[in-house]
Amino acid sequence: MILNVDNISVNYGAINALRDISFTLNEGEIVALIGANGAGKSTSLNTVSGLLRPTTGKVEYLGSDITTVTPQAIVNLGIIQVPEGRKIFAKMSVWENLEMGAYTVKDRKVIQERYEMVYQKFPRLKERRNQPGGTLSGGEQQMLAIARGLMAGPKVLLLDEPSMGLSPILVEQIFDIIQEINKTGTSILLVEQNALMALAIADRGYVLDTGRIVLQGDADDLLHNPTVINAYLGGETTD
Amino acid sequence: MNDPSSLPLTPKGNNNLQTNTNTAAKKLQAFQNSKFMKLLRPILGVVVSLYIVFRLYQVLVVHQEYGADTWTRLLISGLIIGGVYSLIAIGYTLVYGILFMINFAHGEVMMFGAYAGLYSFWAFKIIPIAGDPPTNFLNAYPILAIILAFLIGMTVSATMGFFLEKIAYRPLRKAPRLVPLISAIGASIFLQNAAMLLFSPQLRDVTNPDILRRGAGWTIVINGSNVILPYTGVFTFILSILLLVGLYILVRKSKLGRAMRATALDKKTAALMGVDVDSTISRTFIISGALAGAAGVMWGIHNGLVYYFVGFIPGIKAFTAAVLGGIGNLPGAMVGGLLLGIVESMGPAALGIDFQLKDVLSFLILIFVLTFRPSGLLGEVLSEEKV
Repeated sequence: MILNVDNISVNYGAINALRDISFTLNEGEIVALIGANGAGKSTSLNTVSGLLRPTTGKVEYLGSDITTVTPQAIVNLGIIQVPEGRKIFAKMSVWENLEMGAYTVKDRKVIQERYEMVYQKFPRLKERRNQPGGTLSGGEQQMLAIARGLMAGPKVLLLDEPSMGLSPILVEQIFDIIQEINKTGTSILLVEQNALMALAIADRGYVLDTGRIVLQGDADDLLHNPTVINAYLGGETTD
Repeated sequence: MNDPSSLPLTPKGNNNLQTNTNTAAKKLQAFQNSKFMKLLRPILGVVVSLYIVFRLYQVLVVHQEYGADTWTRLLISGLIIGGVYSLIAIGYTLVYGILFMINFAHGEVMMFGAYAGLYSFWAFKIIPIAGDPPTNFLNAYPILAIILAFLIGMTVSATMGFFLEKIAYRPLRKAPRLVPLISAIGASIFLQNAAMLLFSPQLRDVTNPDILRRGAGWTIVINGSNVILPYTGVFTFILSILLLVGLYILVRKSKLGRAMRATALDKKTAALMGVDVDSTISRTFIISGALAGAAGVMWGIHNGLVYYFVGFIPGIKAFTAAVLGGIGNLPGAMVGGLLLGIVESMGPAALGIDFQLKDVLSFLILIFVLTFRPSGLLGEVLSEEKV
């Protein structure tokens, strides 16, 4: 188990955003967290990233407790989040965005290698490296956001709604890239509203509803689960 | 315990506070777009422009009161004071860019730098250096003494900036935006009074090393009359420009500068990149403070008088300069500072009004910028997110 989230609850003031939820991520896996708006998916990721502190429960990374560790120390450990809505630094150029991704990396040589790796994966970013990030199209921005995450050399990549606002073709491209990244040994925790796409590439999945985990299991089983089909896959039966 | 609101970021629970300031900003925007303002703006614009053209015509063409020598003198003094304004304005703009608040205590940070310079020179003057005739450290090693005075002044002000943020602003990071503003004004009054009690309300003369005597300078002859290019002024101007260029490179090219810009754009995402947001904010205050400290020491060297209120007017002028250039915009603050210095120095002569009205002129500029172009000369219109 590379990541173990054990019984965490998170409150925003008086509102319980998460209630005693637990999930795990094994080495090399893709795990999907699916659910509607406000189910607590992003809250879960932000808690893992150290941006939010749970009131109860703990988060473990490779067996050590990281519940009260600062966000930057968590980045240093190799848990990298690609936030919802891409959150590109709009006024900074593409390469400066990538440079920010490698903020915690000290070794210039490693950074150079990562640039090459990232530019090879996303040739468009290389073409546009001197352009302000805000001038890229939505799809390019999502690629930049993922590339920026890769610059840190993640062991665990937390992806928050990478399909948001993208056309179906682009979504497919992004999901191909996610699978590729996973094949190179990065474990991925994927938060999605697009349950069908997410479960199609995931090994396992968890279904969140109003701060609770209501279903969990192998991705294939969830894809055929009647509750999931009714609630998140538009009621169509896949069999 | 463990309340998520104790974290460096604003969780969703705090949204109601943000919304309040948002509606205030929207009201302001609505007011600026209202019929009244739409009508007022062109009328005011025409009246002001007509007046300026009329006065310029009278002064420059009809009366020809001043020759080229006087204009050169005014330009020189404008550039010198403008450089100092720019240095202080940078502090306002950097802090505004990252925290969206006006650090009204910034002038006082500069004042402490001025005192540090004053006392450094005093101390250097007391240290005797044997020789024939016996002299003192200040005049035996003037360049070293000046460098040390600047280092001391910048360190004192940087430290002040650091603690100012830590004590007066950090605890209020989550509060509505008016609250840190009031805290800043409080800090400003506190620091002025603290300085008055510490250093006495007396006006102090700064003892310059002999190579930087006040009043001495190169003489140029223009129109048959002598124009003095003061050593202290040239020194001040060149040093301001060097510091401004240095800062610009730091913010544009260095890793710290990138972290500062990223934090200014989006604190949460910057934290996700591994940036320590709190320490980046602290560093911003340290850099702003150091520049204000340098401005304070320069002020002492060039103008010669230091007292507890010395930071107030330059502070407000520099704020005007930052607004003029577009607050939050780095080149804007630099250009705004120089421009304000020049307008303030040449404006009264050009308009044929009393020279004592130069402060009125500066603050009129502030009012006009806020009325006609709130985003400043180089600033862009703030996005909804930033407002």
